[in-house]
Amino acid sequence: MPAQNNYPEIILSVDQINLSFGGVKALEDINFDIRKKEIFAIIGPNGAGKTSMLNVINGFYHPQHGEIRFKGLHRKQMRPHEAAVQGIARTFQNVALFKGMTTLNNIMSGRNLKMKSNIFWQALYYGPARKEEMENREVVEYIIDFLEIQSIRRTPVGKLPYGLQKRVELGRALAMEPDLLLLDEPMAGMNIEEKQDMCRFILDINEQFGTTIVLIEHDMSVVMDLSERMIVLDYGRKIAEGNPDEIRSNQKVIDAYLGVAHSN
Amino acid sequence: MTEKASKKDNVFDTIPKLMLHHARERGNSPANRQKELGIWNSWTWNQVADEVKSLALGLASLGFQRGEKLAVIGNNRPRLYWSMVATQVLGGIPVPLYQDSVAEEMLYVLENADVKYAIVQNQEQTDKLLEIKERLPKLEHICYEEPRGMRNYSKEFIHYYKDIQENGKIFQDDNPDFFLSEIEKSHGNDIAIFLYTSGTTGAPKGVVLTFNNLIISSRNGIKFDSLTSEEEVLAYLPMAWVGDNIFSFGQAYVAGYCVNCPENRETVTTDLKEIGPTYYFAPPAIYENVLTKVMIRMEDAGRLKRIMFKYFMDLAKSVGIRILDGKTVSIKDRLLYKTGNFLVYGPLLNNLGLSRTRLAYTAGEAIGPEIFEFFRSLGINIKQLYGQTEATVFVCAQPDGEVKADTVGKAYPGVELRLSDNNEVFYRGPGVFHSYYKSPEATAETKDSEGWVATGDAGFFDDDGHLKIIDRAKDVGRMKDGTMFAPKYIENKLKFFPYIKEVVAFGNEKIFASALICIDIEAVGNWAEKRNLAYSGYTDLSARKEVYDLVQDCVESVNTDLARDEKLRGSQIRRYLLLHKELDADDGEITRTRKVRRSTISDKYSELIDALDDLQQTHREIESEMTFEDGRVGNVKADLQIRELNLV
Repeated sequence: MPAQNNYPEIILSVDQINLSFGGVKALEDINFDIRKKEIFAIIGPNGAGKTSMLNVINGFYHPQHGEIRFKGLHRKQMRPHEAAVQGIARTFQNVALFKGMTTLNNIMSGRNLKMKSNIFWQALYYGPARKEEMENREVVEYIIDFLEIQSIRRTPVGKLPYGLQKRVELGRALAMEPDLLLLDEPMAGMNIEEKQDMCRFILDINEQFGTTIVLIEHDMSVVMDLSERMIVLDYGRKIAEGNPDEIRSNQKVIDAYLGVAHSN
Repeated sequence: MTEKASKKDNVFDTIPKLMLHHARERGNSPANRQKELGIWNSWTWNQVADEVKSLALGLASLGFQRGEKLAVIGNNRPRLYWSMVATQVLGGIPVPLYQDSVAEEMLYVLENADVKYAIVQNQEQTDKLLEIKERLPKLEHICYEEPRGMRNYSKEFIHYYKDIQENGKIFQDDNPDFFLSEIEKSHGNDIAIFLYTSGTTGAPKGVVLTFNNLIISSRNGIKFDSLTSEEEVLAYLPMAWVGDNIFSFGQAYVAGYCVNCPENRETVTTDLKEIGPTYYFAPPAIYENVLTKVMIRMEDAGRLKRIMFKYFMDLAKSVGIRILDGKTVSIKDRLLYKTGNFLVYGPLLNNLGLSRTRLAYTAGEAIGPEIFEFFRSLGINIKQLYGQTEATVFVCAQPDGEVKADTVGKAYPGVELRLSDNNEVFYRGPGVFHSYYKSPEATAETKDSEGWVATGDAGFFDDDGHLKIIDRAKDVGRMKDGTMFAPKYIENKLKFFPYIKEVVAFGNEKIFASALICIDIEAVGNWAEKRNLAYSGYTDLSARKEVYDLVQDCVESVNTDLARDEKLRGSQIRRYLLLHKELDADDGEITRTRKVRRSTISDKYSELIDALDDLQQTHREIESEMTFEDGRVGNVKADLQIRELNLV
């Protein structure tokens, strides 16, 4: 992935984001910056607004107030496919793959944005389309090798165990060669060994491709080990921001997790 | 040797010389293939020679001296095989290690072998070496093949494979004659490799093999099985194992055939399909796995397919094996077999990746007769061989057309066999190892001054001169009438029946043989279900008369088998009982790897064994302790019937 040095150090800044559904305030005055090439975590109890935050970043939800600045560009409203073109890729809390398609084809679908030839040539599989297909296939094979999923290359995804499906989904996100990768609970429902593998992949992606990673995760030990900085959300508000040590000793965070009577 | 070595054989007496020979003779034929990024990459003999050259010279520029040892650790990969050749070019000794070993296990071998250099596959193996490096003062350089994850390893003693090769190219410019003159310095009597035996008892021993061991054994094997330079093999068994060093290394360098390396260890089944090896090797467990998978998939298949499969497999069992052995078969049967080949056997073999397989070997342990027959009936010439690291694999093998499920064949070309008084097998031949490294006592214990090697296995020859291995020599006893009693041989025969899970046979110093048998609750449970036989649990089921009858059929068929051998006739099982509980590792009756602890069982069930010996007793009550899954201990009471058989 090409290094892009012409952007400021901050890759994404979130400014005064307010999001509500009817009368429910999902996010209230959220501010934070994500630095280039860091692993950034969003944590918080259930219903704190973590997934809503990710959905705002990649354009699924449109906040009522506030602004997002990605790679120096202001965005108030951005649709998901625009976010994808801009270089934001994500995985989902519940796996969202094409179950009947093979691992290879699922990851290949992540290359769709990079393909330029029109449907006519693609249908004929001739000329530019063929060359393009081969180039993209090479990228996909590199990802398959990277994620060590060669043995399931031609297996329909629906037949795979959950842990491997998550890995395929990560592969599809990687196939977009994103600058910013959003991972929504990448380790949910995995056993320890699968979690360790996933941690290693996340670190390797960050290190090898220089991808900035934003991750939501419930497993605190994982978050504290992986991420350099994090914010903590509770009831749609940001209650803390900092590195793992600061968060660990923050009284508000301890209260949020242990549960303290809330006064509005 | 079977015949005088020709002049040519003397010239190509080391692996590097053979490599140069093939580069001249068939420089553009593939020597290695490896699947990378979904594509099979191949290297011709010419390219292999170049790769080995630059690596060897690169090692030389690091200061590699003749006689130094280089460890090779990783999955089967062309670059690791080249590392072994490059070491041999420089007069060094490669020491392949089992890639699954943990660091502590590697420590012993690396230390014992005085390893100074290591070429490893990846970060995982590098990390293992770094973990123990402080305790290995002799280990000076580590070279890795896959750069992934290695960015932050900046220590000066860690090198990237391709960087070493680049240095080698520079070295070549300064020393243009070095490569060839180094190769010329080695000869057949020089040490080619150290292979560490896995060491089930005590520490592993480094078996020292010479080039003559490797090359003459390979050459004899090639002649024996008429292998050519056109063979394709898939190298997937550990590089530290002697078999891989013959099938994917020695024989490949002698015959000049192509060795294919899988993408990684999980992809072996798909890679097998894509390569379609002509010459294949696997331990019995893999064949058994394949058979089980086929059977399970057939149960889920449609009715028509099931009927077709059953019809043609029955046909194959009677006709296919006869065709393979070159016996007479009627024209009608031949035609039917051809049809079956078109409809069933062909597609099935293709799916298994075995459609081009001309020759397959199995070794290591006894293979179930029905597994053996399954593959032979499909037209795959699967044969058994008997070998050891100390023999450079080959001691015995089955010649074409003389294949039996229960022997390991005749003495290999060039190998002499003899049996000692207690039926232990001794051999002597071109593959006999040089010595155990740094252990002259152990060498002398195993190999006598005339070159005879003790195998520790007991066996005998059948009427056709085939060797049958029956047990470890130390476990073989004698019955009161002097008949040889080999418990494991009898137990294995019984365990091949799906209904029988474990057997412990007794007969040493007894008048007749008897057995404690544990049924396989799943198989017998299914069988009972199909017959509407209600039961409450293991103890209940195993006490049923119907189940006793079922097991009696198995025992009788084993007895019939035993009766065919004059030497084993007297060891037929006369009385048996079905144990009321499964043998369990929690109770100390078997090991965690499911090996029966004979002495524990003899103690624990001594009253049952006595009752088996006493012809007056027809049943015996027993109360025994049993550890439940949650760790609690309880007592189980049962009244066990003893069944007596009429001997053949």
